[in-house]
This record gives sequence, structure tokens and C-alpha cells, in this order.
Amino acid sequence: MVETGHFALVLAFALSLVQTVVPLFGARLNNQRLMAVGGPVAVTGFALTALSFAALASAYASSDFSLATVWENSHSLQPLIYKITGTWGNHEGSMLLWVLILTFFGALVAAFGSNLPATLRANVLAVQGAIGATFFLFILATSNPFIRLNPPPIEGRDLNPILQDLGLAIHPPLLYLGYVGFSICFSFSVAALIEGRIDASWARWVRPWTLVAWMFLTGGIAMGSYWAYYELGWGGFWFWDPVENASFMPWLAGTALLHSAIVMEKRSALKIWTLLLAILTFSLSLLGTFLVRSGVLTSVHAFATDPTRGVFILCILTLFIGGSLALFALRASKLTAGGLFHPISREGALVLNNLFLTTATATVLVGTLYPLAVEAFSADKISVGAPFFNLTFAPLMVPLLVMVPFGPLLAWKRGDVFGVAQRLMVAFAAALLATLVTALFIDGASVLAALGVGLAVWLILGALTDLAVKAGLGNAAAPIMVRRLVGLPRSVFGTAFAHLGLGLTVLGIVGTLCFGTEKILSMHAGEIVEISGRTVRFVGLYPAQGPNYSEDRGRFELIGVSGSPIGEISSAKRFYPVRQMTTTESGIKTIGLSQLYLSLGDEGKDGSVVVRLWWKPLVTLIWGGGLVMMAGAAMSLMDRRLRVGAPSRRRKQAVAPAGLP
Amino acid sequence: MTRKQKRLSVIVGGLAFLAAATSLTFYALGQKASYFYMPADLTTASVQPGQRIRLGGLVEKGTIQRGQGATVAFSVTDTHKSVKVTYTGILPDLFREEQGVITEGTFGTDGVFVADSVLAKHDERYMPKEVADGLKAKGVWQESKSE
Repeated sequence: MVETGHFALVLAFALSLVQTVVPLFGARLNNQRLMAVGGPVAVTGFALTALSFAALASAYASSDFSLATVWENSHSLQPLIYKITGTWGNHEGSMLLWVLILTFFGALVAAFGSNLPATLRANVLAVQGAIGATFFLFILATSNPFIRLNPPPIEGRDLNPILQDLGLAIHPPLLYLGYVGFSICFSFSVAALIEGRIDASWARWVRPWTLVAWMFLTGGIAMGSYWAYYELGWGGFWFWDPVENASFMPWLAGTALLHSAIVMEKRSALKIWTLLLAILTFSLSLLGTFLVRSGVLTSVHAFATDPTRGVFILCILTLFIGGSLALFALRASKLTAGGLFHPISREGALVLNNLFLTTATATVLVGTLYPLAVEAFSADKISVGAPFFNLTFAPLMVPLLVMVPFGPLLAWKRGDVFGVAQRLMVAFAAALLATLVTALFIDGASVLAALGVGLAVWLILGALTDLAVKAGLGNAAAPIMVRRLVGLPRSVFGTAFAHLGLGLTVLGIVGTLCFGTEKILSMHAGEIVEISGRTVRFVGLYPAQGPNYSEDRGRFELIGVSGSPIGEISSAKRFYPVRQMTTTESGIKTIGLSQLYLSLGDEGKDGSVVVRLWWKPLVTLIWGGGLVMMAGAAMSLMDRRLRVGAPSRRRKQAVAPAGLP
Repeated sequence: MTRKQKRLSVIVGGLAFLAAATSLTFYALGQKASYFYMPADLTTASVQPGQRIRLGGLVEKGTIQRGQGATVAFSVTDTHKSVKVTYTGILPDLFREEQGVITEGTFGTDGVFVADSVLAKHDERYMPKEVADGLKAKGVWQESKSE
């Protein structure tokens, strides 16, 4: 089975070379038969990669320690679920997952792209094949997961305990679906540059793919954030860690792409800019892969530091980013630019969105790469952390967030700001009220905190106003309104939900950062502590035994008003003997939208234990908002206008949102 | 406005915006980036009390003192010099004697480093990269130590 997987991987590499060369020449020579090779080869390449991945997963599931990666990252006593998720909990396996998803997207283009112009389809598959080929070569040359050990060891070295968690099962696949999903937009852009023209089908294809990738990336980032929150035991949801930034940059650029693609699709303007953004977004995904996989950064994600890998990925990075940008520089002048438009219009608002988002992306990029640059050119070692990003990223985001509710309400071509402001009066009044109530009635609320709450309410109600206005609130009877609401295009709901989710996330962040409380103290069994009006009793420490660890579980009780316990929370110190590692399992109790978070520290000589408690108001909204954003993207995808591969009979009418079927 | 003027004003506006963002970024880099030092570097580098830095090295053997509540005092050393550090909070799971750590915080006027975060990585084979490089530069580190 293992050898089959290895063989399939080599075959997939060979096929990816075929997929690169044959359709590309076919498109040049306008030879239908050569171009037609791309599709079946892409599908077969995906099947072979899937076979290879399945072989590795089954080696993990059956604890086949004759494989070096299994030996290094698995243990026979590990629960089966973590044996399987361990497949991608290491460098080699996660790179295999990366190419699996890449070939999956290539196969999707092959399967659903029958209505694309033949040359465009061939070129897209060729570019996709080229990306695949370099990564297959990277895996086979520097990170082969199928390397055998002789003689095979009897027992493995266990998966890193903090990766033995369900969050890890979901986080990397989601993140990769996002990262790699942008490869399709990249391939389409490069294909358009190779052809030297942007046609209508190009425009129609880029947006749904961006939506798919963006949706998964949003989920992946939210999941990763939640995983770090409960698994690392520090109670933080975002650390501005370079590895987090690596996934955040493509997300920001992807969000900009999502918006500029709307302008391109509806008004056929901003074509060249959208094309460039698509290239930049995937370039940032590649950069992210480089930062995380090369070992230039030390973090939980840097599984191994092998300099050859770093150099190899750097070469891939240079090849694709440099190559595509050079091609852009050569060909962009040939592409026909779209029309100009009035600055105060939906298009204008979307351009402003792009200006802010790309600038924000650039600040994050500078903050992430600056320490590396300083270290490369001088002996100094510096770190750029939260204080930097709070000072640069936040001032860019706040005006953008203030403007968000205006965007969807502005008309295409020529908008009326005052008219829109009137419609947003209710949302504005509510936001003002929320600000005042927060400032006056909540103890310890700073001015900034109150404004933050106001901003979140503004975003949430702004999104709902959009729906209400489009349903005709105020100038139609209720039954007609409901009918109109139901009849609205799905993409209108998509926009509203995405913006609503954004508002929820902002509310969660403001709530947690501005109104959260924290206590650190050493406690004896039976002791009682109060935090933000909630009473917690420390019951005691109890030893327990897990499948591949032993633990000291600290039990706590939440005491109700009557003085009797109303809930139990437990946090544990786990010891994994194989790796000689201790981890902290945090104890979390969700109360409404807020959470009580507990984390155990060291045991003192007198039997007391250091306990860190947090009250985190509205914290669940941070990730809940992410889920709502994903739902928004999913709704947009269901819009009939975007149904991938559907004929585009009614495109001419798509300009007026209310006029859609 | 003519078409040309319109385009020009958009470009000027965009550039002004980018210039503002760029200057803010570089101002922030100057203000908020924190430098990394090993204890022996501190004799040559001038670090003011209150200036935020990161201090890395090994936790010196026999110096960990748990005081009142959750406050811990220990020394960080690069085997040439050592610096006293205090920290209130929960230490990372891998914090122990002779383990590489990075602490972040400021010096008090009494010369004790008050850390608000302590990092020790969640991996037995791990040594923070900065600490490993620093120890190598000082000739203390042997490659075999890492495995």
C-alpha cells in the first residue's frame, strides 16, 4: 500500500508535467486534440494524488512505523482519530494535503469548465499543472512522506501533544482549501495574460472561485484562532504571530479581490486591477506557505527546520510571483481597460474598500517581513508584535468599517450619499444610543470601548438596513415586502450576512478586549474566587489517566446566587510521557455568548495551585461572526447568476439588483 | 471637472493616502518593534528603564523562586552574564531550569527585568531560534544539544 502511494505520487508528478506542457502548446498551436489532453490528465492526477494521500493516511491509521514520518509523529496508543489527523500534523503530510487540494481544484476546472473557451481552459489547466509540478517535485525531493526506515522501530515518537486536538483535524484542511483555492484565480489570471485578453467568461469564473476560497480561508482562520484560544491556555484569540499573519494576508487581499471582482463582473471595469489582485492574493498564499514551511519562523507550525526546504520553496515563490508579475508587466498594456466611473457610486465605494484593504495587507506584510529583513542585513534581532499592528492596522480598519454600511446601499454608476445616509439614520441612531448607554451605564467603559460597541452596532444594523431597504421597507405593505425579501438575489443576502458577520466579530473583539477581566492567584482546594460577579470554587486536583498521557485535573464549580453549584469547569495539566511534554488543557464554560476561561498553573509546595481566570464577555461572537461570514459567502455562491457553468442568458439584466429573477 | 482632472484628483488622493499609511507604518516600526538581547549584550547596548525589549537565554539552575501568589523570580543567563527576571502569571508548560526562554518586558530602575510574557516552546527539541543563534555566537551552544 505504501509503495503504491509512493508510486502514485511519482506518477502524479509526471502527469502534472504533461498537464503543463501539452495544453499550453495546444493553445499556442490552436490544436483541439492537444488542448483536450488537459482535462483527463488533471482528473487522473487528482485521483493519483488522492490514492497517495490515502496510502499515507492508512499507514498512519495502522501505525506503520517503518515510515519515517509515521515514526516521528505517531504512537500506537494514540486515539485513532489523532492517528488519522496526524497525517497532516507534520511537514511531509501537510505538503501532500496541499497538493491534494491543488489537484482537486484543477480537477474541478476540468470537470466544470466545459463551457469555457477551449484555449482559456487549456491555459488555466497548464498553469495549474505547473504549480502542481513544482510542489510535487518539492515533496519528492525534500519532503518525501514515503521514506522507509530499516529496521522499522517498534514504537513511534508520538504526535506533538498540542496538535492532538479536534481543532487541528479541521484547521489545516480548511486553511489549505482557502490558500490553494486562490490558485484557480491565479491560474485564470495568468491564462488571461498568456492569451493577452480578458473575456467575459474569465470575469464570470473568477468571482465564484474567489468566493469558495475566501469562504474556506475565513473558516480556517477562525478555526485556527479558536484552537489557539483554548489549546494554548493563554486565553488570547489573536497574537499577530507571523504564522497567523501568513494566513491573514491572503485573507485581506482575497477580501479585496472579492469586492473588485464584483465591479468587474457588473460593470466590466477594474479588469486589470482585479487580475493583478488575483495574482497578488495567491502570491501571498505562496508566501504564507514559505513562511510557515521553510522554518524561517519558529512557531508551532515550523515542524522541522531543514534549510534545503526553505531554499526550494523560495525558488518556487520567486518563479511564480516573479514570473506572473513579469508577465503582467509585459502584457497588461495589451489588455483593454474598463470604463471610468463616478467616484460616488457603488463602484467608487468598492474601489475605496480595495484601497484600504490592500494598504492594510501591505502594513501586515511589512510588519511580518521587517524582522526577517533586519536580521538578514544586520546583527540585530527584533520582533514586531501586537503594539505595531494595533498602531497601524487599526487606524486603517476603523474608517473602512465605518464606511461598510454605505457601500451596498449606493447605486451603481452614480450614487446619492445623502439619500443613503437618510436610509441609515435608524442604524446610526441605534449605534449612537449603544455608544452612550455603554459609556454611561457600564462600569469601567472607556471612550474607545463605547465607540467600539457603537461601531459594531452600526455594522450589524447597517447590514440589516441593506436588506430592509431592498425589500422596500416603508413604502410597501408587509406581505409584498416579505415576497420581495424572499425574491432578492442570493448575493444580496450574501453581502448582508458577510457584513453582519463582520459586525458580530467586531462586537466580540470589543467585548473581550475592553470588558474582559483577568485574575491570577494561587488557590487551595475549597477556596472561592469571584470574577466579574461570578463565583468559582476550586474543588481540588484529581489525577487521571488518558490513553497516552496522565493528567492532574483541577475541578472547579460555578456557584449560583443561592450558593449551590450550578456548573462544573475543569482544567488539566497533562503529561505525555513519550515526548516528556506537559500541556495545559484550559477549562471553558460558555455562559450565553460569553465565556469563563480557566487555566491551571504550577503547583506550589504547600499544595496550592496557581490559577488564571478570565471573564471573556461576548467572546464567542468573534468566531460566530466568522461562521456568519462563511454563510454569507455560501449564499452568494448559490446565486443563480454565479452558478458555475450555468449559461449566462440574463447577464444584461443583472445591473439592477432588484430586477433579477 | 474634466475627465483628466478627475483622474488626477483620484491619483493624488490615492497617493496621499498611501503616503500617510507608509509614514504611519515606519513610525510604528521605529516605536513599537522590540529588540532582542542576551544578558551579555546588555553591557554594551544601552537599554533604558521602561524601554520594551525581549531578553532571551537559559533559565539559570537553582534560581527559580516562587514568591507570593503567582509571582515567580528567576535568572536568565547566557553563561557569561545573568539577569534577574520577575514575572507574574502562569509560566509556559515547558518552563524549567536550563531551558531556553524568551521573556518580553522592561527593566525597572532597580535593574530587575519585569517580564509580561515568557515564551518557551511546546517542543522538547526546541530552543527559541534567537536564543540558539545567540548561544552559538557566544560559543556555548553545541549542535548535539538539540537532539
